[in-house]
Amino acid sequence: MSAVSHKVDFEQPKDFKFSKENMAKVEKHIAKYPKGRQASAVMALLTLAQEQHDGWIPEAAMEEIARILDMPRVKVFEVATFYTMYNLSPKGKHHIQFCTTTPCWLAGSGEVVRACEKHLGIHLGETTPDGEFHLSDVECLGACVNAPVFQHNGDDFYEDLTPENVVKVLDDIKAGKAKPGSQTGRVKSMGAKGPTTLGEQARKAGIEK
Amino acid sequence: MPKLTIDDIEVTVEPGTSIIQAAEQVGIEIPRFCYHDKLSVPANCRMCLVEVEKSPKPMASCALPCGDGMKVYTQSEKAKQARKNVMEMLLVNHPLDCPICDQGGECDLQDQAVAYGYDRSRYEEEKRAVTNKDLGPLVKTVMTRCIQCTRCVRFGEEIAGVSELGVLNRGEHLEIGTYVEQMVTSELSGNLIDVCPVGALTSKPYAFAARPWELRKTPGIDVLDAVGSNIRIDARGGEVMRILPRLHEDVNEEWISDKTRFAVDGLKNNRLDKCYVRKNGKLQPASWEEAFGAIAAEAKKRTFGAIVGDLADCESIIALKDLMKELGATNLECRQDMAQIDVKHPAGYLFNTTIAGIERADAILLVGTNPRTEAALVNARIRKTWLAKHIKVGVIGQKIDLNYPYKYLGAGPDTLAELSEGKGDFADVLAKAKNPMIILGAGALRRPDGYAITALARKVAEKFNMARDGWNGYNMLHTQASRVGALMLGFVEGDEASWQKVDALYLLGADEMPVENIKPDCFVVYQGHHGEKVAARADVILPGAAYTEKSATYVNTEGRVQNGLQAVFPPGEAREDWQIIVNLAVALGHKLPYATLPQVRARLAEENAAFAKVDEIQPVKWSAFGKAGKCDAKPFGTTVANFYMTDPISRASKTMQACTEAFLNAKPADDEKAVANG
Repeated sequence: MSAVSHKVDFEQPKDFKFSKENMAKVEKHIAKYPKGRQASAVMALLTLAQEQHDGWIPEAAMEEIARILDMPRVKVFEVATFYTMYNLSPKGKHHIQFCTTTPCWLAGSGEVVRACEKHLGIHLGETTPDGEFHLSDVECLGACVNAPVFQHNGDDFYEDLTPENVVKVLDDIKAGKAKPGSQTGRVKSMGAKGPTTLGEQARKAGIEK
Repeated sequence: MPKLTIDDIEVTVEPGTSIIQAAEQVGIEIPRFCYHDKLSVPANCRMCLVEVEKSPKPMASCALPCGDGMKVYTQSEKAKQARKNVMEMLLVNHPLDCPICDQGGECDLQDQAVAYGYDRSRYEEEKRAVTNKDLGPLVKTVMTRCIQCTRCVRFGEEIAGVSELGVLNRGEHLEIGTYVEQMVTSELSGNLIDVCPVGALTSKPYAFAARPWELRKTPGIDVLDAVGSNIRIDARGGEVMRILPRLHEDVNEEWISDKTRFAVDGLKNNRLDKCYVRKNGKLQPASWEEAFGAIAAEAKKRTFGAIVGDLADCESIIALKDLMKELGATNLECRQDMAQIDVKHPAGYLFNTTIAGIERADAILLVGTNPRTEAALVNARIRKTWLAKHIKVGVIGQKIDLNYPYKYLGAGPDTLAELSEGKGDFADVLAKAKNPMIILGAGALRRPDGYAITALARKVAEKFNMARDGWNGYNMLHTQASRVGALMLGFVEGDEASWQKVDALYLLGADEMPVENIKPDCFVVYQGHHGEKVAARADVILPGAAYTEKSATYVNTEGRVQNGLQAVFPPGEAREDWQIIVNLAVALGHKLPYATLPQVRARLAEENAAFAKVDEIQPVKWSAFGKAGKCDAKPFGTTVANFYMTDPISRASKTMQACTEAFLNAKPADDEKAVANG
């Protein structure tokens, strides 16, 4: 039942060290806090570790962070397990996070997810056998205007998805030629039926000329 | 000083007092799970909600400081309803498995559900389940029962000093866990069982052994170290089922060490339950008359010496001293470990600061001691003080693993000598400290130059003004429950030359004595409760009582005289120790002037007036103890190599054996046992 099971079917790397560039960032983060309060940097360091280590945080990294910040290991573990955006197991080369909260769901995220599951042959929470894709569902990504959306590797948003175009997007991602943003060609969050402004609405209503 | 009313009772409290504490002062009970007197306040169980006038919502009384003019209602409709709802939420994911739960009958959740909850459940959905954790051979976990009060997490962090437990995940998945399946390695881990308000953490050795209402509860004193922890002995019939702590703010607060709690099964193994007499070179069972007869036959032609072991009670020590005097024997010894302790100067062998006094210290120097293994609760007090004030701790001796940071100063007497001349960094720390402390352990005394080292330590104490009116920072930390009592009763007599003449030994539980030091033709009487090496060497064995089986007096390392009561009868023909000695005296043609316990205790007080004042500490006069002299540069040794096995009782305990394997030898507990223990 536990969200993070210790019985896992992947291998934990034996050790973890921050890269030279990241180590500089680590020091910058620690310097933000008063002396003796270095543990406050734990979230920033976990994020750095996740970025450096293919999108997930191995145990060795948590131990390294505990050592750097001079805090008990379990305290790092508490933070890492509390926040869902820290991944404690490998999430494939492409981590696809579908928004399934109400606006996306009303706009058809359910069908989009099903199309992807069918295309990749896996369910939400699973990784493809070749390790390319991992599908998961998340709560609101804050891009409701362009619903439905998914997030790729915690970074790029792919918007205005349909069961049809999402399959192509996945293939493009795998081929390395996908373009983030709207998949229907709309510019940013412009209205789906063309640009609209309040002024235009006012003119239509005859309030303004 | 805020003045407020709780349920219309007016109360004035210290500023900063929480409502739950104020309510306790006027005798109003507010239910709680997460709040614990000795731990920080997280206010996460919400069980202690009360109504406060002008507050639109019910307030958590554990986290709300009293304000002037507050009107608090703990029994109003709103407060009652709030508690009912909290209880209902707590029970949502709690399995109702009380009939198979070891906490049943002494469970806070059970009691409070009856007192403050609804009488039926409205919950029909599925309950969650949580995987159990392996916390080692002492603490059994059934994590599904956990209500996430986080007392165990806070206990680990704040008292035990091991941050191994944490709150993992969140929301419905929230659970208490450790970092990647590991055991809790602390000498105080058993207290997790006591702080857990439900049956999530229970005692593994005691699993399914008894129900609380079957147990007879007797107040006792622990003898497995020299702290003198106050304990409650729970017995069923003639069997001691478990040991629990009893509150004593000045000694053990409400904690006890794992050895104190879990060595109890050692009381059942390897016991001496009848007399033995050596006939034709072999120990054979005998009656009391035969045993006394065998001693009487030898007593006339031999010179006796007596040695008191580590677990002996004061009544038997004084009886033995009186008997030896009757026999004309002048060789008495209570320092089996040959520690050089000056018996004439109480100021030199007591823990003068007192255990509670540690909290006033601001710098502590540890010399030849590892308080963590020698006196886990003294160490807990040092940690508590460190946590509150970040005091400076310095260590001279072995590099030890303490659960607070310390400065390592050096290995042996040279460092101590430098310090006594005011040299080194730590000398500045001690000089600046208002209440500096020095704790001298047996590691510095069990060597030929022990007196010289004591003198050096005294010099340090005097140099940094540790002994003055209102503060005495000089301490000796003992590890044996009998030691201070025996010293106070003057159980050290005779010199090297007179000991050479001794050809008969009376050993009162002297199990730590090296058998090879006993001369082959020496006649040995062993009186004690466990059959170990020394008993096997004896010519006559008299079966005595263990600490749970006699009403007895013990003096802890502070010089605190405490009485424990008898919980069960000694096994077989074994008798209470002082009575054995009184009866033996009669068999030898002498009469000791006491026949009842009050009479022996009167005799104790006659020998040393301190015994008349139970549970009181009498400040002692500073005196010139120790003998200045040359010290060997050899580093100080350690005394307790294995915290879990230090005496005949813990050595006979299977639980302590399992702890030794799990925590010290780092062998995984064998799977069969793990399955049997759930």
